Amino acid sequence: MLRLKRILGVVARQVFLYRRSFSRILDLFYWPTMDILLWGFLTLYLERGTLHLPRFVSFFLGALILWHILYRSQLAVSVSFLEDIWSRNLLNLMVAPLSLTEYMLGLIAISLIKVSLAFTIMASLAGLFYGFNIFKLGMSLVPFVVNLLALGWGIGFVTIGFVFRFGQEAEILAWALAFVFLPISAVFYPLAVLPPLVQKLAWFTPSAHVFEGMRAVIAEGTLPTEHILWACGLNLLYLFFGAWVMHRQYEYARRQGLIPKIGE
Amino acid sequence: MEVVLEVKNLVKEFGKQRALAGISFTLSRGELLGIIGPNGAGKTTLLNCLLGLVTPTEGEIRFFGLELEKHRTHILSRINFASNYVGLPLSLTVFENLVVYGLLYGVTGIRKRAEHLLRLFGLWEMRNQKTRHLSSGQMMRLCLAKALMNDPEVLLLDEPTAGLDLEIAEMVRDLIKNYQRERGLAVIFTSHNLHEMENLSDRVILLNEGRIIAEGPPRELCRRFGARNLEEVFFKALHGRETRHAQA
Repeated sequence: MLRLKRILGVVARQVFLYRRSFSRILDLFYWPTMDILLWGFLTLYLERGTLHLPRFVSFFLGALILWHILYRSQLAVSVSFLEDIWSRNLLNLMVAPLSLTEYMLGLIAISLIKVSLAFTIMASLAGLFYGFNIFKLGMSLVPFVVNLLALGWGIGFVTIGFVFRFGQEAEILAWALAFVFLPISAVFYPLAVLPPLVQKLAWFTPSAHVFEGMRAVIAEGTLPTEHILWACGLNLLYLFFGAWVMHRQYEYARRQGLIPKIGE
Repeated sequence: MEVVLEVKNLVKEFGKQRALAGISFTLSRGELLGIIGPNGAGKTTLLNCLLGLVTPTEGEIRFFGLELEKHRTHILSRINFASNYVGLPLSLTVFENLVVYGLLYGVTGIRKRAEHLLRLFGLWEMRNQKTRHLSSGQMMRLCLAKALMNDPEVLLLDEPTAGLDLEIAEMVRDLIKNYQRERGLAVIFTSHNLHEMENLSDRVILLNEGRIIAEGPPRELCRRFGARNLEEVFFKALHGRETRHAQA
């Protein structure tokens, strides 16, 4: 049976950690701020320059903010787990009466908090500097955000699964795995730009449907239901797959006696 | 005396290597059981199996009559663990660490419980300090406080005094012993310090190559091996005399 108190324990551990760690708070805001400033001004220059790309700022900034939702949600899940390895606390956590599902739910709650903060700062800066209002996407923003969060959690769970199996060597995946989705998700360009074979592959990534959907909303003002349904369906599979990988690798690590060696 | 832990024919193999080769023993409520053995004897693997961190290849582990694999969460809520080799988040304060583990163990009245343990372990003045500022002795006391947050019925300790200076190690031993007597706690602990083991344990299990080669109260073992102390028992038992038998 799931216990809320135990899930809160996972969340409290991170909240206590972040509330007085300047470097971690800085990390939470620094990269979203830098990205929105750097790429925002660049897109502004391109839109106003000789290229005259209509709605370029909207396409690009919308994509950048949504991409950060995906990236930050997976990073929050996997780094929260890594924090316990770095502090030699993983064993204490693994022998607590915490089910793997409760632990996953705790990580999801933490990622919601972290992503909300990053989203707030990015959306505010985009409005302040470029007059771009992400909320103009209207209600379609909700399924976009939910789908990107879910994909991020799935990727995060896979990362944790790999760390269970391969130890701390695999921690690099926390920063790298999401980027596998960057080119094939057509985040910053239309899907049509990709070679035909990659396009076919892209249809099987939930994020490609979200970013195509976002561009459709900005260009035509209508919510592409088909893209949303595809994204939701695929995400169910991705999330289930991520949780399955984490669970399988956890059990493998228990059989092989790997858990006490993680971080050594 | 009520048996709180029953281990039957426990085997753990890592590939071709046999870390535990059919271990059986019981632990009674209020008993302090020491596990000794040379490096690679299987002490840590045994503790990891008892904590559910490592799945046994064969055999059975039952806490409170319940099978560990089937009732893992429930059993873990009634036992706890501390080790000198496992830390707590250093960026959290002493108090916050206990609050986090209070939540994870579903403790009611977390603040009161944390306050009680911090006073008991002489850490109350440091409650708002970051854990990174604690000395190794204070850190071990905090780990013990964490391990007692859920008022466990069984406590597993992995070398709780390793690396501590003599005075602090003595303090930690006293804290364990006093708390154990007061609460009727069953304790399993590993140590390389045989003098400590002799003074602290009600019963000792000597492991070698994944097998129990001697078992019994320290004095009984000394008598059986014609030894003056546990250290002599250790060397005599390891050098070929197979004397495994049930407690006298």
